[in-house]
Amino acid sequence: MKENIISINHVHFRYPGQTVYALKDVSLNVAKGEWLAIVGHNGSGKSTLAKMLNGLHYPEEGQVTICNFPLKDEFVWDIRRRLGMVFQNPDNQFVGTTVQDDVAFGLENNGIPHEVMVERVKASLQRVGMLDFLNQEPHHLSGGQKQRVAIAGVIALQPDIILLDEATSMLDPRGREEVLRTVRQLKEEQDLTVISITHDLEEASRADRIIVLNKGSVYREGTPEEIFQLNEELIKLGLDVPFPVKLSEILRLQDFEIASNYLSEEELVRELWTSNFKK
Amino acid sequence: MDIQLQEVEYRYAAGTPFERLAIEDVSFTIPEGVFLAVVGHTGSGKSTIIQHLNALLRPTKGQVVIGDRVISAGKKEKNLKSVRKKVGTVFQFPEHQLFEETVEKDICYGPINFGIPEEEAKKRARSLISQVGLSEEVLQKSPFDLSGGQMRRVAIAGVLAMEPEVLVLDEPTAGLDPRGRKEIMDMFYTLHQEHGLSTILVTHSMEDAALYADEMIVMHKGRVQKQGKPRDLFSQPDELAAFGLSVPEVVRFQHRFEALSGMKLDRTCLTIEELAEELARAKKRGEDR
Repeated sequence: MKENIISINHVHFRYPGQTVYALKDVSLNVAKGEWLAIVGHNGSGKSTLAKMLNGLHYPEEGQVTICNFPLKDEFVWDIRRRLGMVFQNPDNQFVGTTVQDDVAFGLENNGIPHEVMVERVKASLQRVGMLDFLNQEPHHLSGGQKQRVAIAGVIALQPDIILLDEATSMLDPRGREEVLRTVRQLKEEQDLTVISITHDLEEASRADRIIVLNKGSVYREGTPEEIFQLNEELIKLGLDVPFPVKLSEILRLQDFEIASNYLSEEELVRELWTSNFKK
Repeated sequence: MDIQLQEVEYRYAAGTPFERLAIEDVSFTIPEGVFLAVVGHTGSGKSTIIQHLNALLRPTKGQVVIGDRVISAGKKEKNLKSVRKKVGTVFQFPEHQLFEETVEKDICYGPINFGIPEEEAKKRARSLISQVGLSEEVLQKSPFDLSGGQMRRVAIAGVLAMEPEVLVLDEPTAGLDPRGRKEIMDMFYTLHQEHGLSTILVTHSMEDAALYADEMIVMHKGRVQKQGKPRDLFSQPDELAAFGLSVPEVVRFQHRFEALSGMKLDRTCLTIEELAEELARAKKRGEDR
């Protein structure tokens, strides 16, 4: 069993002036080096939780510990140095006048020597496929390109944990694929812990573990296989199920033989062919 | 009202060291009442095209014909209000444009600026708020007390309040959960049909293009590379892949099945139901033989 890099115990939180809890008795752990996806409908508490992990909100009750630091005012900068965050809208997180200035911004604030900085900026941009845009002004980039630069800015700081708050929701399929592949590669090379908050099933199905939030509480927790078996239950929560699971359901109604619920298209195609056509 | 782009080119920061060519030689027509999907990967020029549809950008070459107005390169157009009134644009993350004290005032802002009497504007706000799936109580709330998804709906109501003839949607469902996405797209589709609108949807979602669009345009490197019916374009997955695009899941599944089985289904299926139907038919054919 790997050690926990984040532990959240019985956390409650309400926005100022609100009576409804945005987070209600949330308890969960994140193991070092794991990829955890947090899914839930809009308003389920996902983003509130994300902001709490970066010390933008503090729990009303309960404790949060990140990289052995309790979430308190005095440790918030230690935590932020170790947990890099990529938000949904890239326009709100751009500060530089050029792409490379933007990536360098965080490094400069952390007093990284110039030579190291130049190297890290280039390496980070290379990883997100934006090296060719080094001197472009951010407002000339499309949303997806900006987001890749934002991710470069985070990985340049070499955090222990990277938190993607719907960070791929504005990318096109190719851009999304590129970013997810990059994140996967970084995770493996540097034992990075990844938390992705997402509606995207593709993205969630690549995680080691999924947590489903509903109305501010943890609704279910499990591997992607376990979670996607919930099928109708997920749809009722405003979520979706992967295509192969949906198709299997419909085919069974038409008297096709489909033995189990496959998550991959490849497996379902094979099952469909061998059990129904190849006779 | 038809919209025509004729050999349109646009350069950002033309004549400066930062000049960058965004689109070139773009020609196509959007006939009245059509639902057009514009697809293309990030940076292909989609957003630049949209800004030409209501004359926010003027082409650096060529011309854009919007109804009876002609916007050409090098000619400064005056009084574009009528164009802006007829072409309603829902930009990406429209909720960031909300600013008024109440939802009602925000929705009424556009119409009142276009000279609609306040009473009429309020009437529109009341009827629109339910059309976008919110209750009338929301009208007196501050837009900033609403959730992100609700704010998006209010912003959309603000665009619809101008009663546009053409609706331009730039990734209107980005960031919404799957249920919210479906609700919003179904709403646009209903509006499209009931009001006979022309709808231009810029999207990364091949699923949405397949489900809603009559016509589809594929952009790549600032040029129109393909144009046609979604069913025809999705039958050629390799051609789309060359432009960094994929096909909807359902089409990809069909092609995988056809590759493994050596069978060919009668048509390219755009929905999961169509696919199940075609598979059932193929199975029956096999059994009858």
